[in-house]
Amino acid sequence: MQSVWALLSFGPEGWGDDIAYGVLVTVSLALVTLPLGLLIGFLVALAKQSSEASMRLAGNIYTTIFRGLPELLTLFLVFYGAQIGIQQAVRLVRPEAVVEINSFVAGMIALGVVFSSYASEVFLSAFRAIPRGQYEGGFSVGLSPRQTMRLVILPQLVRIALPGLSNLWLILLKDTALVSAVGLTDIVRQSSIAARVTKHAFMFFGVACLIYLALAIISSFGIHAIERWVGKREAQR
Amino acid sequence: MSAASDTAKIQRPPAPPRGWSRQRIMGWVFVCIWIALGAGLVTYLFSAWNPELFAKYAPSYLSGLRVTLVLVAISIILGAILSVPICYARMSKNRVLNAISYGYVYFFRGTPLLAQTFLIYYGFGSFRPQLEAVGLWGFFREAWYCAVFAFALNTAAYQAEILRGAIESVGKGQWEAASALGLSKLQTLYKVILPQALIVALRPYGNEIILMIKGSAIVAIITVYDLMGETRRAFSRTFDFQTYLWAALLYLSLVETLRHLVDWIERRITRHLHR
Repeated sequence: MQSVWALLSFGPEGWGDDIAYGVLVTVSLALVTLPLGLLIGFLVALAKQSSEASMRLAGNIYTTIFRGLPELLTLFLVFYGAQIGIQQAVRLVRPEAVVEINSFVAGMIALGVVFSSYASEVFLSAFRAIPRGQYEGGFSVGLSPRQTMRLVILPQLVRIALPGLSNLWLILLKDTALVSAVGLTDIVRQSSIAARVTKHAFMFFGVACLIYLALAIISSFGIHAIERWVGKREAQR
Repeated sequence: MSAASDTAKIQRPPAPPRGWSRQRIMGWVFVCIWIALGAGLVTYLFSAWNPELFAKYAPSYLSGLRVTLVLVAISIILGAILSVPICYARMSKNRVLNAISYGYVYFFRGTPLLAQTFLIYYGFGSFRPQLEAVGLWGFFREAWYCAVFAFALNTAAYQAEILRGAIESVGKGQWEAASALGLSKLQTLYKVILPQALIVALRPYGNEIILMIKGSAIVAIITVYDLMGETRRAFSRTFDFQTYLWAALLYLSLVETLRHLVDWIERRITRHLHR
């Protein structure tokens, strides 16, 4: 019977290094997904608050679909669907080609679209909280619509949307656990392997849960720091 | 009177022509992309239509759908029951109770549902001798019971926070007024606070049910054959991508129905608040 500390050590016997690699994969996946999701989410929110009915309709369809599907199903749709789609396309040129899609990229796209559909709602309600006078004020001092957006609206938008977005970040961090189902070696996957090999399932999954908790606590410190920084800029105004 | 309205009608300037601005063209391009995707989906499902496949897997999809609904219903109800004492502890002035409930809520909201389910299903297997000694092994051996247990604990944490938020949203003056009228604490809660709090809580509760339906897809990984599990089984046997698309359509219609139902209930119970 090995001791718990030997199992969790970083040596050849222990699983510490494997789990640390899983943490690296989880964190990097979440960090790569965040800018993608924020960008798409912002664009969808722009579409949803547009004056054109067709634009709003297109944005609403996007949100309805990706908020309604389970995250795991979205992941499988992207993972297998993209694989089959690209395979069909490649076979037109080279019939014998076998396409293997990267599970990291599939996870990034799937989590990105889910994140963006929620983020678009957060951005939309932030847009609605900014009064019309701010746009009119921007135009009346001679700023172009693009400049108004960048210099007048965005700084206020970020401040209003921040609490909602930090919530979404914590949800994203938890959702990354799903990529273990398509074979990406994240925290859950690594602890599953360790649990199967060593038969200490409770300990390894307990460690996995504690790591997620630690990531959430670290994130909330980071979020507080960002909130203070943004709040300070507001005070200087 | 009619003459005045006639002049108003005559003098009103014509509506400015709605030109094809860049935004409008872009909007229609996006709508057309969605229409094309929808049409592509329909034609794909139509061309890939396979009566044999349908006859073989349609019953298992229906049973999977039933498993999903039952799983979500049981865990939501158990979670609702469990959330009451947690919410009480969370709002009590007792430091120990407060710390325990805070820790519980923080743990279940801070870790992924998948990791919690694994911790219970695979992790409790480590304690097999102890569980057999107390006679609980039969419970934790079954993936189905483990899933219900994990989901109920998880949703209890979320529901306790919803309940707390809703109760705290009712003003302090309501409590004071009720106690001035001589109502006891429990009477105040039932007759005064909850009717107001539940209106606030309805939408979060609806969201929680939707989140549970979507989250319940992960039980497929621990070999419970819910809708997602049946889909995975069908896909692994046929390698036919339409299996996933059918599941997507089912989940989407389920969630949309529920969302509209919550909207309707909310409109109905807040009639007295609208002018």
